[in-house]
Amino acid sequence: MIVHLSVLQVIIPLIAAPICLLLRKSELAWAFATLVAFMTLAVSVALLSQVMQSGPVSYELGGWEAPWGIEYRVDMLNAPLLVLISAISALALLASRTSIENEIPENRHTFFYIAWLLCMAGLLGITATGDAFNVFVFLEISSLATYTLIALGKDRRALWASFQYLVAGTIGATFILIGIGLMYVMTGTLNMADLAQRLPDVENTKTVFTAFAFLIVGVCMKLALFPLHLWLPNAYTFAPSIVTTFLAATATKVAVYVMIRFIFDVFGFEFSFTHFPLQEVLLTLGIAGIFVASVVAIYQDNLKRMLAYSSVAQVGYIMLGISFASQTGIMATLLHMLNHGLMKGALFLALAAVVYRMGIAQLSQMHGIASRMPLTMAAFLIGGLSLIGVPLTVGFISKWYLVSAALENGWWPVAAAILLGSLLSVVYIWRVIEVAYFKPVSESTPDVKEAPAALLIPMWILVLANLYFGIETSLTVGVSQMAAADLFGGLR
Amino acid sequence: MESFVHVVIILMLVTTAIAIVRVKDLFAVTMLAGIYGLLSASFFVLMDAHDVAFTEAAVGAGISTLLVLTTLSMTGRFEKASVKPQADYRPVLALVLVTVTGALLIYGTQDMPGFGTADAPVQTHVVPRYLNDSATEIGIPNVVASILASYRGYDTFGEVVVIFTAGIGVLAMVMSNATKMPVVQTALMSDHVVLRIVSKMLIPLIMLFALYVQFHGEYGPGGGFQAGVIFASAFILYAMLFGLTAARNVVNHTLVQLLSALGVLLYGSVGVVAMINGGNFLDYNFLSDDPVAGQMLGILLVELGVGITVASVMIIIFFTFTARSQKEGEAD
Amino acid sequence: MEFLGLFNYWVVIVLMMIGFYIVICSNNLIKKLIGLTIFQTSVFIMYISMGKITGGTAPVLADGITLYSNPLTHVLILTAIVVGIATTALGLAIVVRIHESYGTVEEDDIHAKDKQA
Repeated sequence: MIVHLSVLQVIIPLIAAPICLLLRKSELAWAFATLVAFMTLAVSVALLSQVMQSGPVSYELGGWEAPWGIEYRVDMLNAPLLVLISAISALALLASRTSIENEIPENRHTFFYIAWLLCMAGLLGITATGDAFNVFVFLEISSLATYTLIALGKDRRALWASFQYLVAGTIGATFILIGIGLMYVMTGTLNMADLAQRLPDVENTKTVFTAFAFLIVGVCMKLALFPLHLWLPNAYTFAPSIVTTFLAATATKVAVYVMIRFIFDVFGFEFSFTHFPLQEVLLTLGIAGIFVASVVAIYQDNLKRMLAYSSVAQVGYIMLGISFASQTGIMATLLHMLNHGLMKGALFLALAAVVYRMGIAQLSQMHGIASRMPLTMAAFLIGGLSLIGVPLTVGFISKWYLVSAALENGWWPVAAAILLGSLLSVVYIWRVIEVAYFKPVSESTPDVKEAPAALLIPMWILVLANLYFGIETSLTVGVSQMAAADLFGGLR
Repeated sequence: MESFVHVVIILMLVTTAIAIVRVKDLFAVTMLAGIYGLLSASFFVLMDAHDVAFTEAAVGAGISTLLVLTTLSMTGRFEKASVKPQADYRPVLALVLVTVTGALLIYGTQDMPGFGTADAPVQTHVVPRYLNDSATEIGIPNVVASILASYRGYDTFGEVVVIFTAGIGVLAMVMSNATKMPVVQTALMSDHVVLRIVSKMLIPLIMLFALYVQFHGEYGPGGGFQAGVIFASAFILYAMLFGLTAARNVVNHTLVQLLSALGVLLYGSVGVVAMINGGNFLDYNFLSDDPVAGQMLGILLVELGVGITVASVMIIIFFTFTARSQKEGEAD
Repeated sequence: MEFLGLFNYWVVIVLMMIGFYIVICSNNLIKKLIGLTIFQTSVFIMYISMGKITGGTAPVLADGITLYSNPLTHVLILTAIVVGIATTALGLAIVVRIHESYGTVEEDDIHAKDKQA
């Protein structure tokens, strides 16, 4: 079974989804989906340890060797991401049954769990595959499932958000399709490793240049790089809270992964940074994204929307790491992808608990809420500190490496910009802390109890992960360092 | 001659596309989009892509037109004529964006290998293996079917899952809360004797043809997807003629949902059986003692899985849409 | 590249851009989805054109024929067509629901109603 790990972690949720439909009863579907998610988690953890011990894993689907068949390829770059996706998915599913009670009509629950499993399988498939066209197919599985999950939100604006995302996402995917087609016409292959070998012969052509441009723009649409982020705030705000938790922690990370894979492995460092003004573009848009989105976040009353803008800002940091074009920079990016998944997971789960009790997460109605929901708000506090980058949290670790990568390049202003961006996040997190902890309970504060255990347990697991990986960094930093070294010494 | 036809079809495509931009009547737009699908299908025939043409004709001119029309029956036929002044920046912005994108693409085509050349990389790398060896490795003449179901069978598994996902999405969103169907029927076409008789004669033929397309896909254009669409169209025709209630008596809604799941499961379990027999996921060589027989069996089964899921999802989507529109019609 | 090839690709690009233009510009959600279909179908036409060999035949093996057009692009586009119709169906489902809850399928009307709320 050990040789099949890479494919198992995708097909387990993929095959489980139709089985869920056969189960029909929503309680059964939930129990089964959660079980499946934990099985997937176990598989991906085993896969990570396998990759750490014996190097990259390649799996020939259908028994056809690449480039004729489709290959799964798992190495230090994507193995940790697979663990993150399945871990967040499993924890969020644990909380989902409680969380969607008030947010989604009862008769749609079974479909909700099916769509969730499909979305998860799609994300895992994009991450594991070594075939460019297969990326597109699994991208569409996860996208269609995501549109469904978002549209299940209670507010009618969820429908509009879902439609906007559908249009933006499909344009992005079609751009990616054009990029893949242009690469294919120049090389005759779709396998990533084979592309990496054959592209250098034709890299001075206008066609490859255009292919790269379309791929990057298409992926940036998916990962919501400023200014292509317009679909994201609405989608995160109006989606069911538990869906936001899952998407915010995983979906954009997967798009970032695809981008890194294409920039560094398929096209190669040389091409991406010399033939193409990638550095300038990512640096400018990254910094602009950090500032614009952080400032907008400060003025939001709806906390889900506030964190959504914060996510756009965080994508900015992640892009900065790539733009440094150095090993430390890319390592900081990879680390921040994992760490940001942990913090946003914890933060949005805390909001899911707030929404569960209050029906809405408006700051103006949360005066003194910390006395009513102490555990939830404590989780929000720690998650917020992590987002700011306070020592002893994961946020500190990734900011630390980002700043040192900037300094390594001698880019003082960029390092200053990172710190300034953190100050902005202090402002928007502090607003919440102030209202929740220091404002007296007023009449507008609803009389609510602490969130149920089903939400608190997964939330606190993530909070503790934020602290644990903030202190004991050897695993996350080690993995990111190895992956960054692979990217720079790797295929070429 | 071929180039002449090529140029004519392309120009007709452009004309149709421009007409779609300009026309405000959405009914006409839908018809034009159907024509666009049909024209591109003819283009695909010209490009030797018979399987693709078949599918595009079924999808672009068939199913998608039908779905849009059903939606239009609920949302109204005309686009709003006047656009508010503040939205006026949009055409300019769009034009700039489109021009930049198009210019980049035209820039990109300049170094592309010549059209129709036999020594382009797409023809000399990877593909020769399919053309030269599929006869001995897989044993069926239609190379498209070999690649679709075996060499890149995992993509096709993904494709079935995409269709299944769309079915789930439509069910999750549009499924009526009320389980009982409206009793009152709006004017049915079953009053038309000619239509009724001709369709009744056609329905079994359509189904027969679907089966032919399903099981002949190894030898000529066709396969699970096309067959599924055609099979579903027989039921859709029935529903259009005799109403949804009658159609539901023929195909139970729950049953169709189960079938849509079973198609995916059939595909998946072929892969899992191959794994249990010691091969990789979807390695059909391990389905039988003789590798080629295994490939034949595997392809037959997965194509069947595709057909079942596609047919049932198409029926689900059409029935849910129609049920919704009838419900809406009552409410008015 | 000879005339027909250039003509083919350039016109296909024009088609794509018309589709793209409809998506961005149109105010009606259904028309947006139709634009998306045009955009995608034009990309399919580009793919299929890339696989054509002059004088080739459809890739169904037969005796006496040596020149076949590229079957791989056909497979990719078969998959992509299916993805396209799946997206359209889901998009239309959302449009139906939007119409029910907003009473309109025009983008600026939806914005106006959201502002009121």
